[in-house]
Amino acid sequence: MNEIQDLIARSEAAAANTGLSLSTVSRKLFNDGKAISRLKAGGQCTLKTLETARTRLAELETETAVPKQPAVTAPAPAISAQTMTHLDRLEAESMHIMREVAAEAEKPVMLYSVGKDSAVMLHLAMKAFYPSKPPFPVMHVDTTWKFREMIKFRDETVARLGLDLIVHINQEGVEQGVGPFTHGSQVHTDVMKTQALKQALDKYGFDAAFGGARRDEEKSRAKERIFSFRSREHRWDPKNQRPELWSIYNTRIAQGESIRVFPLSNWTELDIWQYIYRENIPIVPLYFADKRPVVERDGALIMVDDDRMPLNGEAPKEEMVRFRTLGCYPLTGAVRSTATTLPEIIQEMLVATTSERQGRVIDHDQAASMEKKKQEGYF
Amino acid sequence: MSVTALSPSDNVVEYLAAHERKSMLRFITCGSVDDGKSTLIGRLLYDSKLLYDDQISALESDTRKHGTQGEKIDFALLVDGLAAEREQGITIDVAYRFFSTEKRKFIVADTPGHEQYTRNMATGASTADLAVILIDARKGVLTQTRRHSFIVSLLGIRHVVLAVNKMDLVDYSESTFDRIEADYRAFARDLGFQSITAIPMSALEGVNITRKSRETPWHQGSALLPYLETIKVRTSLAEKPFRLPVQWVNRPNLDFRGFSGTVASGIVKPGDEIVVLPSAKRSKVKSIVTMDGDLDEARPDMAVTLTLEDEIDISRGDIICAGKAPAEQTDQFAAHLLWMAEDKLLPGRQYLLKTANRVIPATVTELKHKINVNTLEHMSGKTLELNEVGFCNFNLAQPVAFDAYKDNRRTGAFILIDRRTNATVGAGMIDFSLRRAQNVHWQDLDVNKNARASAKHQRPCVLWFTGLSGSGKSTVANLVEKRLHDLGRHTYTLDGDNVRHGLNKDLGFTDADRVENIRRVGETAKLMVDAGIIVLVSFISPFQSERRMARELVEDGEFIEVFISTPLEVCEQRDVKGLYAKARRGEIKNFTGIDSAYETPANAEIDLDTSEIPATDAADRIVEYLKENGYLEA
Repeated sequence: MNEIQDLIARSEAAAANTGLSLSTVSRKLFNDGKAISRLKAGGQCTLKTLETARTRLAELETETAVPKQPAVTAPAPAISAQTMTHLDRLEAESMHIMREVAAEAEKPVMLYSVGKDSAVMLHLAMKAFYPSKPPFPVMHVDTTWKFREMIKFRDETVARLGLDLIVHINQEGVEQGVGPFTHGSQVHTDVMKTQALKQALDKYGFDAAFGGARRDEEKSRAKERIFSFRSREHRWDPKNQRPELWSIYNTRIAQGESIRVFPLSNWTELDIWQYIYRENIPIVPLYFADKRPVVERDGALIMVDDDRMPLNGEAPKEEMVRFRTLGCYPLTGAVRSTATTLPEIIQEMLVATTSERQGRVIDHDQAASMEKKKQEGYF
Repeated sequence: MSVTALSPSDNVVEYLAAHERKSMLRFITCGSVDDGKSTLIGRLLYDSKLLYDDQISALESDTRKHGTQGEKIDFALLVDGLAAEREQGITIDVAYRFFSTEKRKFIVADTPGHEQYTRNMATGASTADLAVILIDARKGVLTQTRRHSFIVSLLGIRHVVLAVNKMDLVDYSESTFDRIEADYRAFARDLGFQSITAIPMSALEGVNITRKSRETPWHQGSALLPYLETIKVRTSLAEKPFRLPVQWVNRPNLDFRGFSGTVASGIVKPGDEIVVLPSAKRSKVKSIVTMDGDLDEARPDMAVTLTLEDEIDISRGDIICAGKAPAEQTDQFAAHLLWMAEDKLLPGRQYLLKTANRVIPATVTELKHKINVNTLEHMSGKTLELNEVGFCNFNLAQPVAFDAYKDNRRTGAFILIDRRTNATVGAGMIDFSLRRAQNVHWQDLDVNKNARASAKHQRPCVLWFTGLSGSGKSTVANLVEKRLHDLGRHTYTLDGDNVRHGLNKDLGFTDADRVENIRRVGETAKLMVDAGIIVLVSFISPFQSERRMARELVEDGEFIEVFISTPLEVCEQRDVKGLYAKARRGEIKNFTGIDSAYETPANAEIDLDTSEIPATDAADRIVEYLKENGYLEA
């Protein structure tokens, strides 16, 4: 029995040292996230299982005993290894793109949506210019309908990294009382997101704006350039894009024109999650499962985030849910889940057969909807 | 949310660790619509289980709307993105697709195959490591196959997979496959591919895509995906000389000055000597800075920030190079150019040329020839139209540091930008400089040897007089110098008198001292040659090896050995300074010709015996030699 007590004590110490949750340690030792808590509750295990767990625990302890280099977390391969991994390559490419924009644009800005892709983009910007701070501000176009946790996380992140944040809200829209419940998702998205973005870019005179879009998200994005040109009216002309050869980017624009730059173009959803895991990048807690008040509407689980949501006699139920994408809370469906750690989220993603954007209502409108929206200026 | 047994893993942490170690391969697929290219990519995505349920159901609904494959799922619809293309049934642009297996992540550039989309193909090829060239087994090697192969070869791709598709329509015939492979190899012989791998397949039926199939028992090689998972394509970049095009100067405060960029080739470590082009300033690498801590080395494709030991002025556009192997610099070069705009190329018009990190005004001074992308024939022409390839001479407003494209895609490539519309109109691959190699990177002095020499209207050289004591070396040398001076040339004489009393007064006459004596004289002569002067050196210099050493200190053609071959008896008879008598009496040791050897020159440029001709004639003969060989003009 002492041996089990000893193992539990060492596991808890290892969890504290590594910053891993006890269930993650448990999974590493027993291939079972709940094994340690069962043992703590007086459960039993075979001697063989105990032996295996001890060996793995010893490995875990040696790993953490090594003085921790800044940000090189345990599972990361050394960056100076002979061959760069696909994540190393993606990281380097994104940094290259950001430096190119910083060097050539007059007044760049990074659009920050607070989501996981934005988190990765921001992290890459910190890396690209280290030890300097990114030489541009970050801007959040706030529709006023974002999850409250997103706003809190946004402000904490910006403070932690010491960045300049611009928050833009379409005041005309606010005055007209535009919102998803009163005006529907299309009008709301157009006024509070698409128009608001154009307003903000015009107001500050930004000539280059980073966005976190990926080519794997949706078919029409697969052909989007990394440097995407917009007319004075912010329109995108799919037939008139500049060829993009090698890593030589033509950043020249006429007065009033602007460029949208997508440094994450070549990343996939799995790459994003793997990188968040590898680099320990903080993300909004809404991505992790927790008990949240939800109502079910048209097959989607909508979280009741504040009292602006009209309830037609529905009673919000507390359910274990999480979000795969984040946006305006009335337009973002939750999924039932018990995933409370990154590996669990990734595992869920690997076995899921519903692609990421399905949670977003706007994609379902019509077959080529995203392409249309982009021509109109949607990011 | 539906859950399937797609890849259930009890230990996702292990799975993640394994997948983090994946490498990456970028490849391009080339083929025309009918070759089944989009079907192949759709099949790769489908078979590597990267399609989600909702994408598949969308695919099924799309198939009913636009499908060309009857009841079967039309994979091509999955990858043909833009609405306009879907209606026309052709792929217009470059689309990038992603899929990954346990070993690798793949980025596929999917480009159209028609001649009018050559530029799109070049765009996709520019970042690819490998090309999959599709061939319809029923049709064999066609004009388009040649065009696709030429373009990928032009863009520097060295590994080709010949995907002989639609084998199901030729009953998986081995002889058909063999004939196509042989045809292709014969044609591609001169395209410089490092490897050509032919695979028989049917994208529609999934034959030889993810694993070897029963239908082709005669096929010895592997299926497509296993091949793509294992081929090594990017090994050589690290072996090339170090290059870092500086993108951005990192200056957070007065104490830190770093140079950020992506390593184009080679490996760099702290302590390595570097040279910065175009300034030719030299320094050493102090540290390789990243947010994750300083690195021991930086390798190709890594985005890093270097700090240097010395405070030197470096800005965006400069290239930090290995100290021992800097890039070439030139303002005139020959390059292959692909024209990508509707408006044709105008030789003589100024465009903006953008390299990895610099923008320089440039003109095409001459279109040497055009290349027919279908037949590879050279044709004459005055201009390039959209999608045409030419071989051109360029003239740049400022010199640019470069490597030949075949040696380094990052530092040998450029784009041309129209100054009025800002459109990207051309893509160029540098072949070679049109100027002689410029040595400015060896010394950052604007006034060099050539400049100093041409100001003196002469080619500097060393006239090295060797011969016994009393042979007449100094007499002849004095006469030669006088004549050159009369001709307005700039000269100086180094002899025993002016060197032994000063520079070399610490040296005696032992063999070691004689060697050191000649070494110092040789080095001094070299500096004077660098100063543009014609140097006359008059020393007995009895040993062959020291004379050779002095010769090798200067460049070819700058060393003229003058052997004054007056015989020993005559010299001893003359005995102007009474030295032979002293030596004979044993009062002087190690006297050349008496008790120390004189090694007769074997290949002297000039050989004169003052016992046969007067010193004045000898001097005339030497000046004549200088005139005839162009030393007195520049």
